[in-house]
Amino acid sequence: MSGLLRICTAGSVDDGKSTLIGRLLYESRGVYEDQLQSVKAASRNRTAGSIDFSLFTDGLRAEREQGITIDVAYRYFATAKRKFILADTPGHEQYTRNMATGASTADVAILLVDARHGVREQTRRHARIARLLGIGTFVVAVNKMDLVDFDESVFASIASELPDLLDGAHVQPIPLSALHGDNVIARSGRTPWYRGPALLPFLEETVAPELPALAPFRFPVQLVIRPDARFRGYAGQIVSGRIAVGDSVTIWPSGTKTRVAAIVTWEGNLPSASAPMSVTLALADDVDVSRGDTISAGPLHVGRRFSANVVWMDERPLQPGRPYVLKHSTQTVTAWSDEALSLNQIAIAKITAGRPLAFEPYSLNRSTGSFILIDPSSNFTAGAGMIVEPLADAQRSADRDLADRVAHAARAARSHVDAVDAVRAVLEETLA
Amino acid sequence: MSFEHLRTLEAESIHIIREVAAEFARPVMLYSIGKDSSVLLRLAQKAFHPGPIPFPLLHIDTTYKFREMIEFRDRQAAHIGVNLIVHTNTEAIRAGTQPYAVGTQRCCGLLKTQALLDALQNGGFDAAFGGARRDEERSRAKERVFSLRDSRGQWDPKRQRPELWRLLNGRIAPGESMRVFPLSNWTELDVWHYIDAERIPVVPLYFAREREVIVRGDSLIVPEQPFVPLLPGERTERVMCRMRSLGCSPCTGAIRSSAATVSDIIDELVAVRHSERQLRIIDHDQDGSMEMKKREGYF
Repeated sequence: MSGLLRICTAGSVDDGKSTLIGRLLYESRGVYEDQLQSVKAASRNRTAGSIDFSLFTDGLRAEREQGITIDVAYRYFATAKRKFILADTPGHEQYTRNMATGASTADVAILLVDARHGVREQTRRHARIARLLGIGTFVVAVNKMDLVDFDESVFASIASELPDLLDGAHVQPIPLSALHGDNVIARSGRTPWYRGPALLPFLEETVAPELPALAPFRFPVQLVIRPDARFRGYAGQIVSGRIAVGDSVTIWPSGTKTRVAAIVTWEGNLPSASAPMSVTLALADDVDVSRGDTISAGPLHVGRRFSANVVWMDERPLQPGRPYVLKHSTQTVTAWSDEALSLNQIAIAKITAGRPLAFEPYSLNRSTGSFILIDPSSNFTAGAGMIVEPLADAQRSADRDLADRVAHAARAARSHVDAVDAVRAVLEETLA
Repeated sequence: MSFEHLRTLEAESIHIIREVAAEFARPVMLYSIGKDSSVLLRLAQKAFHPGPIPFPLLHIDTTYKFREMIEFRDRQAAHIGVNLIVHTNTEAIRAGTQPYAVGTQRCCGLLKTQALLDALQNGGFDAAFGGARRDEERSRAKERVFSLRDSRGQWDPKRQRPELWRLLNGRIAPGESMRVFPLSNWTELDVWHYIDAERIPVVPLYFAREREVIVRGDSLIVPEQPFVPLLPGERTERVMCRMRSLGCSPCTGAIRSSAATVSDIIDELVAVRHSERQLRIIDHDQDGSMEMKKREGYF
């Protein structure tokens, strides 16, 4: 068993994405018999001919009526080798935000390309978003090969186009006909020149990134659990790394150090735990910890300003200087951008948060490096951000930051004497 | 399926349940007594351990649920020590609402959707957990983990918020509420594997035994309610059968099965390829009927 693999699909409208997924589900028995019956009935209502595979995934009436995919559909299927969660995302540009949604949790992206049209702007855009969101493995599925007579040169020219765009990623081009099933489940006799794997076997063998378990320990605190005066624990999900009882940890953004006293679960206390487990930590010292703090092994950046790749997903544009609600890990703060962005635009923006956040670059950690921006008047999730690097705090905020750091240093100290030393160190460092 | 895969799903679901407890003022957990609710309840116990579950359970009782379900519900609530709210649209019951009198759509609308909306409003609940899974039905496959509802509990598929990473946006305007689906990424098979691994108690109706049923086409109907008529030529028969999903006895058919244990059920599911809602008569009234019910405020 190779474990769970999360996939998202991307491509331009009419490249046959839904058909390919319907085919995968159908062939891997991911479609139930009665759904098949209802799709067969609906296929008869729409067009003459055989099964319309796209009807398996286009779940909303408006989608079936218009024959397009509007929203992300999640599909679940399993083969003897592995379990898959597949996010089928729309091709229309106006729904690019849903593409980003699907890509944010995926391990592998399937980029659909219509063999007749080659790589189109929308596909490039989706490829860029998927890469930006940290996906490391791409299948370039050159579909509708039957309509170009399975011509190797057509495939080769498309296959050579995308790797440049996906620098650093593993790219596997596969010539397909989703409609007829060529190279979907097994290699097709109609592409004898193709030496690579068919799609499903490739997905079965792909190694999902082990990064979360290997990266340093990060634990955003969701809740303080305090059933009675004797117990105080911090509930959260380990987003990366591993922790054991007795390990030294730091609480951010305060920087307070302590040790893990117990790892509490419903099944009993554990000697150690690792990502992605949800646990409750009891700490050795009576320290100040609340929702929004992150418990970690090793340092995080603490600051109010950083640069980030921002995908804008709202019809109302991002306005520089307008306050937004920023959610990062389990922390919610007010934040501003220096950049203006309109729907579906992606750019690097400088973000200023109202309070210090403890973060890392997205390239190091998808959890501590990501955030969303919420429009405070509509409550819509308007932007998705991936932190690039910390920025020096602007002058006008320096005083408040200094006060924060002094307070944190004092609070983190174990004794009054330590506190005096810690505060002096912060002041000297700042004034130097 | 691998143990590791179930632990990943479990951890994600617990994360969702805790986010709701942290971000909403008055959450409630819909408890429908079925297998998904049983799993949800166990996840809630785990999420807040060693503390108690910090929100009540709510059962929308149409009064037409199987007797065994109600017995199980009361036993479980007492055993776990959780606060259980039971709500019935008593006005509609008094007016004689039942599926054979008013049709399944209207019956569901009054006894489930309306009752749910009233109960949520009465309790002032701003978030309600449900056990729905995306693999159940096509329109559910599109739904977010945090599903925003307007002041009338209605779902607007085009107003759905993007949901990235594990960052859930719980902000609502006054009058709006959130439906939350921690089991979104679970499949029916995952649910049974988890019940098996965790030894979670479920209603005995899921297990096969001989039951007195009306055989009506492909459906086996347990005649618990006096208003379920015998059609010409029908009589009750003893059939080895079980429930694949639980609902109201007049509208939920049993399946022929000899699966008498959880592991039998898992074996059967692997072999059988019929989706579980098929035997729920209500979803098949017309194409897209689940989506329409959801738009009206159903889960």
